[in-house]
Amino acid sequence: MTKNYKDEKPVNPSRRDLLKSAGLVGAAVVGTGTASNVIAADSAMVDQSNLIAAREALEVLTAEEADTLEAVCDCLIPSDANGPGAKEARAVHYIDRALASHNASSRYNYTIGVSALNDYCRATKKKPFYELIKDQQNSVLLALQSNKISGFSPSGSGFFNLVRRHTIDGTFSDPYYGGNKNFVGWDMLSYPGVRLGASESDVAKGANLEPNHRSVYEIDTYTKSGANNAEGGGHA
Amino acid sequence: MPNNLPKTDVVIIGLGAAGGVATLPLTNAGLKVIGLEAGGWLSPRDFAPDEVRNGSRNWPQSVQKAANEAPTVRASENSTAQQGGHPMMNAVGGTTMHYWAQSWRLNPWDFKVVSETKRRYGADRIPLDSTVEDWPFGYEELEPFYDKVEYAVGISGQAGNVQGNINTSGNIFEGERQREYPMQPLRASPFTDLMGDAARSLGWNPFQGPAAIASELYDGRPPCQYHGFCGKGGCHVEAKSSTAVTTIPKAVATGNLDVVTYARVINIVTDNDGKVTGVDYVKGSETFFQPADVVLLSSYAYENVRLLLLSKSRAFPNGLSNNAGQVGRHYLSHHQGAPVTALFPSDLHNWYGLPAQGVGIDEWADDNFDHAHLNFIGGANLWAHTDRKPMSAARMGTFGETRNWGSDWKAFIMQNADRTNSSYIQKTTLPYENNYLDLDPVIKDTFGLPVTRITAKYGENEKRIAAYAQDKMEQWYLEAGAIKVVKSGLGNTMGASTHAYGGTRMGIDSQTNVVDSWGFSHEAPNLGILGASVMGTSGARNPTLTVQALSWRTAEYLVNNWRSIVS
Repeated sequence: MTKNYKDEKPVNPSRRDLLKSAGLVGAAVVGTGTASNVIAADSAMVDQSNLIAAREALEVLTAEEADTLEAVCDCLIPSDANGPGAKEARAVHYIDRALASHNASSRYNYTIGVSALNDYCRATKKKPFYELIKDQQNSVLLALQSNKISGFSPSGSGFFNLVRRHTIDGTFSDPYYGGNKNFVGWDMLSYPGVRLGASESDVAKGANLEPNHRSVYEIDTYTKSGANNAEGGGHA
Repeated sequence: MPNNLPKTDVVIIGLGAAGGVATLPLTNAGLKVIGLEAGGWLSPRDFAPDEVRNGSRNWPQSVQKAANEAPTVRASENSTAQQGGHPMMNAVGGTTMHYWAQSWRLNPWDFKVVSETKRRYGADRIPLDSTVEDWPFGYEELEPFYDKVEYAVGISGQAGNVQGNINTSGNIFEGERQREYPMQPLRASPFTDLMGDAARSLGWNPFQGPAAIASELYDGRPPCQYHGFCGKGGCHVEAKSSTAVTTIPKAVATGNLDVVTYARVINIVTDNDGKVTGVDYVKGSETFFQPADVVLLSSYAYENVRLLLLSKSRAFPNGLSNNAGQVGRHYLSHHQGAPVTALFPSDLHNWYGLPAQGVGIDEWADDNFDHAHLNFIGGANLWAHTDRKPMSAARMGTFGETRNWGSDWKAFIMQNADRTNSSYIQKTTLPYENNYLDLDPVIKDTFGLPVTRITAKYGENEKRIAAYAQDKMEQWYLEAGAIKVVKSGLGNTMGASTHAYGGTRMGIDSQTNVVDSWGFSHEAPNLGILGASVMGTSGARNPTLTVQALSWRTAEYLVNNWRSIVS
């Protein structure tokens, strides 16, 4: 991985503060008028600063598989009034890369699963999954989750659960793996980020602790040769 | 033919929690020890705090000896055993590299389950098909060794009973100890304070549990930094008191311990008189014979049993130390699960907690409460701990509030990511006649040797404990302000677990036990066995400290009785 996240501007680091001032974070009810307005404005800013002009190069997936999974991921963790989702996190980029490495044993399930999903959509709705409107996509995924579509390996619900698990992994894992781009996943959960240490006052702050927006692989301990790094792991 | 190596005094098979501790008393006494370890040396730089690396990629455990010989599992003889993953790792330090590091002493009752149950309730309260026996000694016998390990390894905790003086900040049900822990307990957190206050308002006695984690500078190691990646992760500052950073380096420093890494032992060799003469191991593409006066077998419960059953000879045609047919018997594990999960109305501040940072309740463990009108014996330790990571937080159940994807779900996890807690309830588990380990007839490892097969399921006693403990846990969560509580299944098949016990049980009767009360084989006098495979009862808590105290005791016995054991 040669990408240097230090050079990337985090997505609107004040989002969490905006949410808080609108009473959204920690509130029992979401979607009050005030909050929605703030979120909408905030989402607009996110979108403008974070347009996805082109997809990353594909390691394993075919272009149509990637198109299909982009649409599936956007149903599972949608980009909506509450902010960015799996699409902005680049969960599909994570899935593609993971299928080339630690999830390689799932490659066949994706091959069979994506084609079965699109076959079903073409047969019943005359279009592949990724060309359906969102309501249709959600209906298809509900049918898939409840095992009402055949042709999957090992089953429709099994494929759904596999993609759901990997979409969560891709949205909320360390950005090193190609997802959680600009830390949108960690911000979604108000997770303040991986730290090598947390003081009592850090813990007391909870979601008010300033997010550090840092991949663990920006920390010298895990990337530089030699044991004598100042930060963490310096003990020989 | 294997390459013959020069003879040594003692060869230890496996340098994990058990073997890693035994190295120190042996080498301090001047014995020459060779430690054969299937893994290698790891350093803090190998353990990036990365949820994918620890969990999805399973980095500490993948592509290892243990992974190649993961046990197969079936509930009973009516089904075919299926191979799953292996919960342990190979490295110098073994699974003490990545364990949660809870380091309990067993309570005195755990050593005398049979006699205490008979005395208080009558013999008919012990399940008919259970093979449980009293230990050959009581808690008092092991106390000095618990103490030695707590100080040698470095355990933090709050004592509840020092020489009879009860301190309600600690576990008031623990056995009497000679002195305090060497370090104060891990610090409290907003969540442990919340749960502690709730327990006190129920009239219970909460306490912060003991951990093999430095809470202050100890023996040159820095204290815990609370970053929270203990589970399947090694410590980035060596605050976790793994044997890899405590007893093993000290043993190496004596000049009497040679560590051989990436060595896979395939056979323990015996002569016609039934004495062990050494071990065969494979390293790279070569096979070696390492002769020794004494062999200490200290892999894991599954591998201890497997290696004995694989080591057939003229003296032991059914496997080493198995002429009484006891190798593999009396297996039990803490695989039961039966968790309770709660949803709270506000953030719990658990993003930087660790599994060993928690509060325990022992009121419902062991025989700490009256069972006269209950239909089970034993009980459960309730444990409320801090520990949260983003991927696992996003995988939380939704308490029936929303389906598990889409905009509603996203709003749910955004609001509740830091508001759930899942409890970890460990229960008394008994050995049963039909629960055992043997060799799988079909599944082989990469050398073509059969893997261990687990045939085991939980009994009614365990399920009744689980249901009882879940009610107590629910009561505790609700008292702390939880708005939803979910109780999950009570367990059935007893699968592969990080808390696996039995298979080479310790006891006086050579017809029902593999090792004697010192941990040496009833049948092969210069073979010692270390690990939870010698334990006949589990208690309601993590096994490692008891394993380590037993290891120290066996090693010290070997030192003090060297001539009679090797002659």
